Amino acid sequence: MPMIPNLIPITCTINGETVSLSVSPRETLADMLRDRLGLTATHLGCEHGACGACTIVYDGRTARACLLLAAQADGAVIETLEGASASGRIAALQRAFHERGALQCGFCTPGLLLAAAEVLAEHPAPSRDAIRAALSGHLCRCTGYQAIVDAIEATAAAATGAGSRR
Amino acid sequence: MSTDLPAPAGEPVPHRRTWRLLHGRGRYVGDIRLPGLLHAAVLRAPHAHASIDAIDTAAAAAVPGVMAVFTGADIATVCAPWRGTHGLYPRLAAPLQHAVAIDTVRWCGEPVALVVAASRAVAEDATALIAVDYTPRPALADPEAARGGGPLLHPDLGTNVCLTAAHEAGDVDAAFAAAAVVVEETFRFGRHTGVPLEPRGLVADFDPSERRLTVHHSHQCPHQMQHEFARLLGLAEQRVRVIAPDVGGAFGIKQQLYGDEIAVCAASLLLGRPVAWIADRLESFSADIHAREHVVRGRIALSADGDILAFAVDDLHAIGPYSQYPRSSAGEGRAVLAQTGAPYRYRALRARSTAVFQTKGMAGHYRGVGQPIACAVTEALVDRAARKVGLDPVAVRRRNLVRAADLPWRAPTGLVYPRLAVADCMAALDAHVDLAALRRDCDDARRAGRMRGLGLATFVELTSRGPGFYGAGGVPVSSRDGCTVRLEPGGGVRALASVTEQGQGTETGIAQVIAAALGVPLDTVEVITGDTATTFHGGGTWGSRSMAIGGEAAWRAGRALRAEILDVAARLLQADAAALDLRDGVIVEAATSAARLTLAEIAAVGHFRPHELPAGPQPQLVASASFGPLDGPFRAGSGIQLAVVEIDPDSGAVRLDRFVVVHECGRVVNPLLVDEQIRGGVAQGIGATLFEELIYDTDGQLLTGSLADYLLPTAADLCDIELVHVHAAPPESDGLGLIGVGEAGTVGAAAAVLNAVDDALAARGASIGQIPCTPERILTALGAI
Ligand code: FES
Ligand code: FES
Repeated sequence: MPMIPNLIPITCTINGETVSLSVSPRETLADMLRDRLGLTATHLGCEHGACGACTIVYDGRTARACLLLAAQADGAVIETLEGASASGRIAALQRAFHERGALQCGFCTPGLLLAAAEVLAEHPAPSRDAIRAALSGHLCRCTGYQAIVDAIEATAAAATGAGSRR
Repeated sequence: MSTDLPAPAGEPVPHRRTWRLLHGRGRYVGDIRLPGLLHAAVLRAPHAHASIDAIDTAAAAAVPGVMAVFTGADIATVCAPWRGTHGLYPRLAAPLQHAVAIDTVRWCGEPVALVVAASRAVAEDATALIAVDYTPRPALADPEAARGGGPLLHPDLGTNVCLTAAHEAGDVDAAFAAAAVVVEETFRFGRHTGVPLEPRGLVADFDPSERRLTVHHSHQCPHQMQHEFARLLGLAEQRVRVIAPDVGGAFGIKQQLYGDEIAVCAASLLLGRPVAWIADRLESFSADIHAREHVVRGRIALSADGDILAFAVDDLHAIGPYSQYPRSSAGEGRAVLAQTGAPYRYRALRARSTAVFQTKGMAGHYRGVGQPIACAVTEALVDRAARKVGLDPVAVRRRNLVRAADLPWRAPTGLVYPRLAVADCMAALDAHVDLAALRRDCDDARRAGRMRGLGLATFVELTSRGPGFYGAGGVPVSSRDGCTVRLEPGGGVRALASVTEQGQGTETGIAQVIAAALGVPLDTVEVITGDTATTFHGGGTWGSRSMAIGGEAAWRAGRALRAEILDVAARLLQADAAALDLRDGVIVEAATSAARLTLAEIAAVGHFRPHELPAGPQPQLVASASFGPLDGPFRAGSGIQLAVVEIDPDSGAVRLDRFVVVHECGRVVNPLLVDEQIRGGVAQGIGATLFEELIYDTDGQLLTGSLADYLLPTAADLCDIELVHVHAAPPESDGLGLIGVGEAGTVGAAAAVLNAVDDALAARGASIGQIPCTPERILTALGAI
């Protein structure tokens, strides 16, 4: 007979807002974001850390929300695709993905956008092989990845090109 | 119509739905929350084959938050069982299947009970408290054993063979007797599955006050499901509504009826509350449709000049314990029979296909349905025979490809091809790559001690099928699709299309076709799909058909609405309709392009001030059309795929260095999206050839139940895929001349990669006739382990 779990109070920052709630000890961060806060862009493709669809930004680094417990969010600063999208920080990537056809069903896309933003933050002009290597923890079943690599490469080229014109 | 479609059809427009998905605004079934929503979890069989002696649900039912526990017998009170029969195959043995097993389980993962609770977590906890007494029975996990007999899975059928189909044409024995070389080889294909990244799932919402069922369903064929839910649950079909929201990939995996899914509908019926269920990944691997577990003994007869004289194939296909429903398990073997040797002029064929039951997961239709098997066997045999007779495999292909002069080509398979562009594709491949230089590059590498290989696969993809298979076989699956186009009061256009969308871009293509048919800007056309209550009954996504069939319907509806708009305009302007045109959303004088009326003005008269119209028919401002091919059983796409690989002799790993696809598919509505369909299909074919395999042990236990065990290709595993489009004269017999494209990449990719790996291995005198070509198998072939 499973025990009725105790609830753990947490406070964290999610997409710039302070959120306080009580979470169950076994609740994953992904379930908390999706079911409690309606942040459904965090997708669940495997719930075992293999696909990357649940990727979020946790204290400045991408992380898999299916492998984190909600209780671990206490004190953390978290950004989901909704937040990254609203802030405009991934707007160039979003446009490049759209124009290049770098998504089909879109289920992998939230994770890939956040991963791509991290790649570009660390390597402003990555090679195609470096992009492929950096994305190797993210599964996309629809595209074959080439258009995703193209979109990230084009975003990098536009950003560095703009930089050199300045 | 000229070679090109009228703009904006034919333009590389981005898929519009993706803008929303990129902003986190997707709405997949797992995102849907209805008032009073309950959650289901499925208890699944831990044995591959066992009788169920007793089930005790009391402890599970007592868990706080649990609303109900349903056994197979409970579900059967509202849900009829089914058999996956097919009228064209009266001898197909189709066992009775229940949504949830009642007295016997026949695969590890078969549903045994359903718990419905306030949350998924509680439902899962409670499933662990259901006590089931099983008496294990022998598993049957080896297809060859099943053909010969083995423990009977369905004693009432008296056999483990689901279906044997055979076809023979020409004098096969004489052809083999006359051959300069005969190559015979057994090819083994691993069991695969589609792995849409979004697992299967649904939210079923039954309203007992009106006996109305609404199902939000991650599915390719919502109309088919409406029909089946109504039939099996005893509901009036017009009160069953299936809505396919955003769907996170499907690939054939979301094409059938599943026991777990209809059981969720049954639970909603029994409880009168909405019930949600989303598969987890282990459930997906154990209970999604599997495919492609084949053992094929193939033979080819080649003359000394390199003429292909004959093929003989004996295909053994392992399905699960039942014939899939509603489409039956006849299609996969049929495709192997129909597609053997497809691109080539040869005269004699002996083909047999046997589907056998297994105590493994249900098998059915995955992207390509049997065609990748036929292509791989054909192309591997061509390569081997060419080498054996001492000819270049590419030269043998050139010599035997069906040419324009051979059309209509009556193939030994019994299919008649009015149009086939494989020879044009070869010419285009020659223009794109220097095959001789690629050959030299591989040979140079070989001399330097490396294992580099070049593989080619010519392929034919049968798309856009008419009613000859399902309809004629008594299977209620539509080969048609429909579209309604209407002018909204503000002058915009709204279309309701029965085709469905899983990311291919069909909606965008439909919008392009309608904008072109009407003469309005693309962004004024809105397309709604995936709702059986608002759209025509139609086939949805299967067999590479959505644009070729749904696009034709949209074109016809758009042209009809355009004619009415011009008629209304002519009456308002007291002009001759033939002297008017609709261009870029404005009624103009055809001769001068002078603007006369906006669409908004027409719409306002039609909707609000019809009394201003001179006498004549009442304005409708809506038009519909439905279309399905009746002039032939299919439309064939053609292509060639080329792979260059290098094998690491120490690890056995295969690196892809180059991949080229040459493809021909009639007129193209959206070249950007067509290219990405092909690339995505190729990636799945490469995955099947190098990485993916569902492995069962001899007890029928699935050993690859996670994404750490069943390996999908990642970005780092693949190379860029170069695409070359061939523009042969489009088919003219029916309208736009579109040919489907969704499975093309998958049909040829496995063959190209397998041939490239085999070519690389030939450097060491080794060979492999099995996919996936895992490092272990490659090292074994090399004798290294
Ligand atoms: S859902 Fe978290 S990695 Fe797949
Ligand atoms: S777009 Fe479908 S999984 Fe990536």
